[in-house]
Amino acid sequence: MSDHDYRPKSKVGQWFNDRLPLLTLANHLTDYPTPKNLNYWWTFGGILTFCLITQIVTGLTLAMHYIAHADMAFESVEHIMRDVNYGWLIRYIHANGASMFFLAVYIHIFRSLFYGSYKAPREIIWIIGIIIYLLMMAAAFMGYVLPWGQMSFWGATVITNLFSAIPFVGEGIVTWLWGGYSVDNPTLTRFFTLHYLIPFLILGLVVLHIWALHVPGNNNPVGIDIKKPSKDTVPFHPYIVIKDGFALLMFMIVFAFFVFYAPNILGHADNYIEANPMVTPAHIVPEWYLLPFYAILRSVPDKLLGVVAMLSAILILAVLPWLDTSKIRSAVFRPLYKQFYWILVADVLILGYVGAMPAEGLYLLIARVATAYYFLHFLVILPVLGFKEKTLPVPLSITEPVLGGSPNLAAARNKESKIE
Amino acid sequence: MKNLFKLFSIIILIITSNSNSFAAEKVEYLKTDWSFKGLFGKFDRASLQRGYQVYTEVCASCHSMKYLSYRNLAEPGGPEFSEAQAKAIAASFEVTDGPNSDGEMFTRPGKLSDKFVMPYDNVKAAQAANGGAYPPDMSVLVKARGGGVDYIYSLLQGYEEAPSNVSLDDGVYYNKYMYGNKIRMAAPLSDGLVEYGDGTNATVEQMSKDVTTFLMWSAEPHLESRHQMGFKAIVYLIILTVLVYFSMKRIWSRVESEV
Repeated sequence: MSDHDYRPKSKVGQWFNDRLPLLTLANHLTDYPTPKNLNYWWTFGGILTFCLITQIVTGLTLAMHYIAHADMAFESVEHIMRDVNYGWLIRYIHANGASMFFLAVYIHIFRSLFYGSYKAPREIIWIIGIIIYLLMMAAAFMGYVLPWGQMSFWGATVITNLFSAIPFVGEGIVTWLWGGYSVDNPTLTRFFTLHYLIPFLILGLVVLHIWALHVPGNNNPVGIDIKKPSKDTVPFHPYIVIKDGFALLMFMIVFAFFVFYAPNILGHADNYIEANPMVTPAHIVPEWYLLPFYAILRSVPDKLLGVVAMLSAILILAVLPWLDTSKIRSAVFRPLYKQFYWILVADVLILGYVGAMPAEGLYLLIARVATAYYFLHFLVILPVLGFKEKTLPVPLSITEPVLGGSPNLAAARNKESKIE
Repeated sequence: MKNLFKLFSIIILIITSNSNSFAAEKVEYLKTDWSFKGLFGKFDRASLQRGYQVYTEVCASCHSMKYLSYRNLAEPGGPEFSEAQAKAIAASFEVTDGPNSDGEMFTRPGKLSDKFVMPYDNVKAAQAANGGAYPPDMSVLVKARGGGVDYIYSLLQGYEEAPSNVSLDDGVYYNKYMYGNKIRMAAPLSDGLVEYGDGTNATVEQMSKDVTTFLMWSAEPHLESRHQMGFKAIVYLIILTVLVYFSMKRIWSRVESEV
């Protein structure tokens, strides 16, 4: 990186920086050369950092008032909603913040899929990202259990029961997870502990994620390697900071709309009924952001294979850099991949929809087809496409399509404006 | 810019339509104008006070409201009884307190700090008195039902003669809005059941609306301040976004790329 020769101006700064190069780090972060053609899909990294910090801050505050006990959890949440100063605000930010977090992470992931950001030399960034995503799902699931409503209790029962599908030791593992013979107080207290722990693990991984990003630098919509720093880059500050800030504010408007005007629309009404082990809700559904995987789980008739399919659906992403055989990163120059990409987006949305519906009749059939297609996309289409596809000519630099001089300029601009 | 906005609206559409599709049952609920809906929605104070009257004279004999305290009745954003009125309401209930210095439990008139007195000592007692069905606690009832206020409002007016192909056991009633149409609660309201102090005609429709408004408040006691703060927050964010947008344009004008 270019900033190793940085020296603070003041004597004190130099003295400090020689012992702990924090100022060098700060200088690196402000000067960090960023491709100047990044579009708004690239602002979600910053938005996600904001989401994580928001969840941690509101979560800490909630934890000061929440009581992790099966007999008192539901009541303590009502206490927060009614009697804690602005408790309703903090809780609604935290609960909707989880949904906003996932909304942003899905955009972030699908941006990466479109522009091939997971490809060499960025595989480690991608894999760390998948681990973060897995931890997010764990944190969100356990967080949903804490209010100890009906959906909390039965969701926890259904998901932990998945482990019983493991041959021989499954039942034992489930008992061990529960700390008893059903979801009960020991389950709640350990879920609370883990729910408190995981965000800090995520925070650590986010640091690694960004560190790994700063080695090769950002990918960009054209998907070509660029010289840094050069005419193709701008310093992170102020250019990207202000742009990320602008996008973050737009995001916060949507966030605020949910918090203040539709705080319960993303949740399930049953979770305002206190957990009752004697009454099973008519439909047990997870939160919206887990629905596609829930659909995959239920589309396989065998319990063990269903669990395997669900886990593979996530883990398959980790090997994506090696499944995609194409040398070209950006879908802008991959006419066929681009079409399959949008089919995959539709496929995942369909999975999410059927995941919310009862697993029977037509819904089950659709879920099965969509599940099969999901795996087909990653296991067959992507590897084959890399060899078969006729890609468009790629420009030599970012400035080229901007300043002109390339025969495929018009095509590239046209394609770009369509997806932006 | 435009695309980002488009994206957000599409996603919101998808999410909301998705969650609605499984949250609500497929019955057309009765509709009425709720004063607390919308950007500036506020509770109708008089309706809340009447609703409290319906709750306490009709519902409270079976349904508890365990997360509310009598002080809430005098707090801003609620029915806003005067403190004296709320004290009088609290004092009209017998509260078990203790143990005193002799180790005995005793009863005393309620105070503002007391929680609403429960009609039954425990769930079993409630079930025993109601043919095995537990009358649910009403504190957050509106939020605990998919259809929300419209569902409660409709249910209260949904009692009908059962169709001939439906047979009902003893103590079970037919209600066209109830999930499965069978309900253990007899029609709780009838015209003129309560006598409103403000002279409002106590029709079933009017009482349903009042008590549902009251239940909305009991489930969301801070709804008014939420709406007020939300409007300010969003206006603030929009202004800031516009300012940042122009700053961004200015900063990026130094390079030939577009933002």
